[in-house]
Amino acid sequence: MNDLRRQLKRQKNLVIGGLITLGIVILAIFAPLLAPYDPINQADLLHSEEAPNRAFLFGTDTQGRDILSRVIYGARISLSIGLVAQCLNSVIGVLLGLTAGFLGRWWDDLVMGLTNIMLSIPALVLALAIMAVLGPGLWNVFLALGFTNWSYSCRVTRSQVLAARSLDYVTAARALGCGRVRIMLTQILPNIVGPILVIATLGVAYAILTEASLSFLGLGAQPPTPSWGGMLSTAREQLFTAPWISIFPGLAIFITVLGLNLLGDGLRDILDPHTTRQRR
Amino acid sequence: MLVYALRRLLQFIPTVLVISLIMFFLLNVLPGNAALMAAGVQDRGMDAKYVEQMLKKWDLDKPLHLRYWVYLKNLAQGNMGLSFLRGEDVRQVLLARFWPTLKLALAAMLIAIGVGVPLGFVSALRHGSWLDALSMIGAVSGVSIPQFWLGLLLMFLLSVKLPLLPTSGYGDGSLLHLILPAITLGVGYMALLARTTRAAVMEILTADYVRTAEAKGLSRFVINGKHVLRNALILVLTTAGLQFGSLIGQTVIVEKLFSWPGIGSLLVDTIFQRDIPVVQGCVLLIILVFLCVNLAVDLLYALIDPRIEYR
Repeated sequence: MNDLRRQLKRQKNLVIGGLITLGIVILAIFAPLLAPYDPINQADLLHSEEAPNRAFLFGTDTQGRDILSRVIYGARISLSIGLVAQCLNSVIGVLLGLTAGFLGRWWDDLVMGLTNIMLSIPALVLALAIMAVLGPGLWNVFLALGFTNWSYSCRVTRSQVLAARSLDYVTAARALGCGRVRIMLTQILPNIVGPILVIATLGVAYAILTEASLSFLGLGAQPPTPSWGGMLSTAREQLFTAPWISIFPGLAIFITVLGLNLLGDGLRDILDPHTTRQRR
Repeated sequence: MLVYALRRLLQFIPTVLVISLIMFFLLNVLPGNAALMAAGVQDRGMDAKYVEQMLKKWDLDKPLHLRYWVYLKNLAQGNMGLSFLRGEDVRQVLLARFWPTLKLALAAMLIAIGVGVPLGFVSALRHGSWLDALSMIGAVSGVSIPQFWLGLLLMFLLSVKLPLLPTSGYGDGSLLHLILPAITLGVGYMALLARTTRAAVMEILTADYVRTAEAKGLSRFVINGKHVLRNALILVLTTAGLQFGSLIGQTVIVEKLFSWPGIGSLLVDTIFQRDIPVVQGCVLLIILVFLCVNLAVDLLYALIDPRIEYR
């Protein structure tokens, strides 16, 4: 117990990042219980653009909707996009990296060539191009972000597989007659999951930021869906008269991304063999 | 080194080919309204004959693979086609917008390097001090802050509350109009560079050659300036170079927010207008800049670090 406490004390990033992320997850799951008002249907022009007060802690927007409720519900959209998009990216990246590193030869050349090309396209530009094809909308954002950011996972997985494939436990599995797929999935993958998890955590933060950017440009979730980026996009026009409409959704994005970045850094400190070795 | 540079330049060709292929097919599977856009018509009830004429005019009636072949042939000659909406040469449209984007990206990078590198350097030298803690809190916050929100806050503070700077626009291209967008774009990269520099310097401070320099009795100033900073610069340059490419991509948001007339805002506008030739041109240009910057960074390594030699 004391050992765990000492460990946690040393891992400030992990603890702070973990707590922030946990808080946002709780906010998203229990949004209907925590939000004081309905985020979409409670429009009331009599309360339009009210500054923060007791009834509306974060103030109201142009349509008189409670910003606090919209920010709480916005956590659902941001987190779900971040998680689903990064899951897709991780699955693609890990599958390609695992097979490229393990099978090698022409498949490795092909995958690495494709990865290098993907790395040479700024992910936001590619996401924008895909959004141009699919059109604005929340589901299209899932697709645009889920297929554009797998190259980092792929590279990290491949490099880990290259290091692992000549280790004794892989040779032993081969000698026991295990097939390629079985070695990849049951022997190598569980042993390299740490660095992949780190990339995935940072990827969720990146996906949330990119979704907010796309929504800000008017390509993401469409009104009246309460997405943080979308709220900021519409708040731009009221910046001079009602700045609180911009402040709180932006703060929510900032805190969420900060939490995930800290969590990613903390996980890297524990799980990444390179940094662990350095620390020792 | 020349051979290496040429080889790298040749490697651009397959990259550009694959990207152009992906972009072309992606953008051209747009549902039929691309043709209507080309015809300058949004109303589907428009005269079918007129639409057909327009399709013919823009070659949109030909099969996709033939259109791609023509597009590639034109691209090889530096011809990017005509804008569906304005009828102007895409190359000219891009050229007119390129300088504002480059100016913005360079100014942002200057801020990022000018503040981030010294901050990271001092943090590493004063490792564990309040300055180190403060600058690293700033760095992790800078990486996490959404650019467009930061831009809105800066706009509110420096243009509305304290009317020191113009809220948006390019103006006559003066420095005053550049400051807010450049800070907005540069803060994230500044934070990243501060973190990278700090990590690099901290690693170098424990290197044998630094200990040897100390044992020789060299002054702290010489050790830090000549041995530590120069070696740390390699890693910093890599990060800065790689980031410059993505910085060009990130200008999309900042340009749109500050109504900056660059490639990024053009890309967003033409996506909404479905002006496919211009969208293709913007994406290709951004990627080409990204590739060229990466090459330039690789070549610069050799100048900074004599141990690196390209064959």
